[in-house]
Amino acid sequence: MTQTVLTVDDSRTIREMLNHTLSAAGFRVVTAEDGVHGLDVLQTERPDVIITDINMPRLDGFGFIEAVRGDAAHRATPILVLTTESEPEKKARAREAGATGWIVKPFNPTKLVDAVRRVAA
Amino acid sequence: MDPMEAIRVTFFQECEELLAQLEEGLLAMEQGEHDAETINSVFRAVHSIKGGGGAFGLDPLVRFAHVFENLLDQIRGGVTEAGHEVIAALLRASDMLADHVSAARDGGTADEARSDAIAAALVALTEGEAHGGDEAAPAEFEGLSFTPMTVALDEEPAGAAQAAWIIRFKPHASLYNKANDAVLVLRELGSLGRIEVEVDAEAVPLLDAMDPEGAYLDWTVRLTGETDEAAVREVFSFVDEDCDLDIAAADAAPDAAIDLLSSLLAIGTAGAEAPPLLAPAIEDIIAAAPAGAPGKAETAPAKAAESAALPAPQTIRVDLERVDRLINLVGELVINQAMLAQRVMESSGAGQASDVNLALADLEHLTRGIQDSVMAIRAQPVKSVFQRMPRLVREVGEAVGKRVRLVTEGENTEVDKTVVERLSEPITHMIRNAIDHGLESPADREAAGKPAEGSVRLTAGHRSGRIVIEVSDDGKGVDRARVKAKAIEKGLIAADAVLTDEEIDNLIFLPGFSTAAAISDISGRGVGMDVVKKSVQALGGRISISSQPGQGSRFTMSLPLTLAVLDGMVVSVGDQTLVAPLTAIVESLKPRPEEVRPLGPDNFVLQIRDVYVPLIDIGQAMGFSRTRVDPTEGVALLVESEGAGRVALMVDNIQGQRQVVIKSLEANYRPTEGVAAATILGDGRVALILDIDGVVTANRRVANRRDPPAREPLARTGT
Repeated sequence: MTQTVLTVDDSRTIREMLNHTLSAAGFRVVTAEDGVHGLDVLQTERPDVIITDINMPRLDGFGFIEAVRGDAAHRATPILVLTTESEPEKKARAREAGATGWIVKPFNPTKLVDAVRRVAA
Repeated sequence: MDPMEAIRVTFFQECEELLAQLEEGLLAMEQGEHDAETINSVFRAVHSIKGGGGAFGLDPLVRFAHVFENLLDQIRGGVTEAGHEVIAALLRASDMLADHVSAARDGGTADEARSDAIAAALVALTEGEAHGGDEAAPAEFEGLSFTPMTVALDEEPAGAAQAAWIIRFKPHASLYNKANDAVLVLRELGSLGRIEVEVDAEAVPLLDAMDPEGAYLDWTVRLTGETDEAAVREVFSFVDEDCDLDIAAADAAPDAAIDLLSSLLAIGTAGAEAPPLLAPAIEDIIAAAPAGAPGKAETAPAKAAESAALPAPQTIRVDLERVDRLINLVGELVINQAMLAQRVMESSGAGQASDVNLALADLEHLTRGIQDSVMAIRAQPVKSVFQRMPRLVREVGEAVGKRVRLVTEGENTEVDKTVVERLSEPITHMIRNAIDHGLESPADREAAGKPAEGSVRLTAGHRSGRIVIEVSDDGKGVDRARVKAKAIEKGLIAADAVLTDEEIDNLIFLPGFSTAAAISDISGRGVGMDVVKKSVQALGGRISISSQPGQGSRFTMSLPLTLAVLDGMVVSVGDQTLVAPLTAIVESLKPRPEEVRPLGPDNFVLQIRDVYVPLIDIGQAMGFSRTRVDPTEGVALLVESEGAGRVALMVDNIQGQRQVVIKSLEANYRPTEGVAAATILGDGRVALILDIDGVVTANRRVANRRDPPAREPLARTGT
């Protein structure tokens, strides 16, 4: 059965690249532009994996992850954080918020798909 | 188009938006708005440009953006104050970033020296460089506390690929809380080689004492296969802080293992095959995508910067070609409707109140409505052009050593896409001119009691069916004595010519005119204002100037709202019907016999009040009739042409004024001198649209063979 990935990123370019890479790997992709939009989409979608950026308007990655982990329907959904930042504090904060894993941009398509497959049950 | 190409196009489109967002935010900060959202918006713009740039390997861009981002991160974190100096540096950086983007997009290189200089300035403003070095290298997966496992060459063979590993892995509850699972980890280990797994379930309590989210299992895995420790640790990179982990090399001899979970792992190994590489899978994507990828409609709420309270209007992206086709069709619709109306009128013998006529009136009304709506689709706010001006003002101001403030108004005024794109050049020239020639130096300004900072105002608005753009400055105004002297010196006007102030001001539009004592590089060699006038007229517009000495000047440019339709005067010449663009016509008159004077054997001039203008018989000039029309029988159209001043065109009579849909002759036939385009009238006949300048130029060529051109005194320009 096709698995669904929700990608949350405010950059159109990144959304398209993720879509491109994940679709080619056989995933169904749904997108959101920021944390608030992401939560909206989660009202009607049950993705198998979520990929989110950190820096976004309205609700950033940290806030989004916390909200998802607090939502009974999605708290067990793996969340991968996708961002160019690699400072320890940001990573730690993402972990504390409940992130499952971490991918640094610019992403290598093969490794992106590997990571998604790794965490997708 | 190759999908990566399409995404690259998207990236550069996004960069345009992000650069605009960046500049807007920085300008707001300059005005004193230091709220978190503005600063964050600025940070995110640079962050996103860097992110996308990295994905495409645009190294110089990414390197610069990295330094830029660092400083912005510190500002948003409150570590660095965004004072006046800092913001000035940030604005320069944003200009440089824009250059990097352009260079990356067009395959050129940005000015490295300038880039390095600005980058150094940014670094200097950044408190301590905690993170030196690029993050630009494409990254691997990083464990959240990944200790780079040294599989160094000088190490013992123990660091190299081992035949077997013993791994002890005991998850904590926090591992499950992050939606991870032991089975996923084990599955992944299974992809590295053959595994034998044992679980210690001793700690599992009885059901009534068990916390369903607790962690009670302890796994021991024996992994055989040629893998190094780094690869093994990599598997745990997401979870190593949420478990007890011990990895030890085992001896090569495999033990007999008790595999309690082989069934579970069999499910897991199904997902372990290597993912397909990108390139081969592209075909499917292309096949699935609708023809012409840009045709995909995406709902994107428009960004409403200030008015967060208003619900953002929905927009969609539409392929421009489709819009153009639609506009074309609607143009045909309008023509057809006019033809239908005419036929009905002719055949039914003018039954005014008949049903058919009423229905036709409705049809006309509807058609006009559709035409207006369709034109509105392509209408764009001039904002995209106005947005480039702050940077221009900064650069020109710096180049000539003047302090300038730009005020804009009416940037949401809308105009057809075809016109918007061509506004940039004339506006740029006018602003350059205002700063270079209009504004005084800060010292002069202070001496004159003005603030040292000069101001330039750029406004746009609709006025009687046209768009009016004004560029005004509070500089020294036109130096009339000097302008007049220069014009006389250059032979552009007679020495004893009597001119009103307004006429003198408009002398600056003449080709070859410049009063700049020192021609600074940016304004060129005195071709500034006439180039402006040319571009404006090419758009079917007009430009004029008004000035107060010591107080400033104002340039007013008026343009049609669209280039797809034209206001024209329909005239008869011989058996032909022609259309003359209304904007070029100054007046029309019926000449009296004594006003027509011969000039040489073949030419005539027309006396209009106290001025003589060449008289061109259109019928003859364009080969529609062999005989010259009797000037007293026909109508003379006084037109403004470029380079030849005023000219009178002789036609048989005027049929009326109408708005006509422009049909390209060039695209359908070939370029023809003297003809700009064509249209289809209500009676179905084709009417050529005159290219006034073309006709005049052709006529001059013929006339100049023998006689020098009549030098007419300059008449009042601009209307």
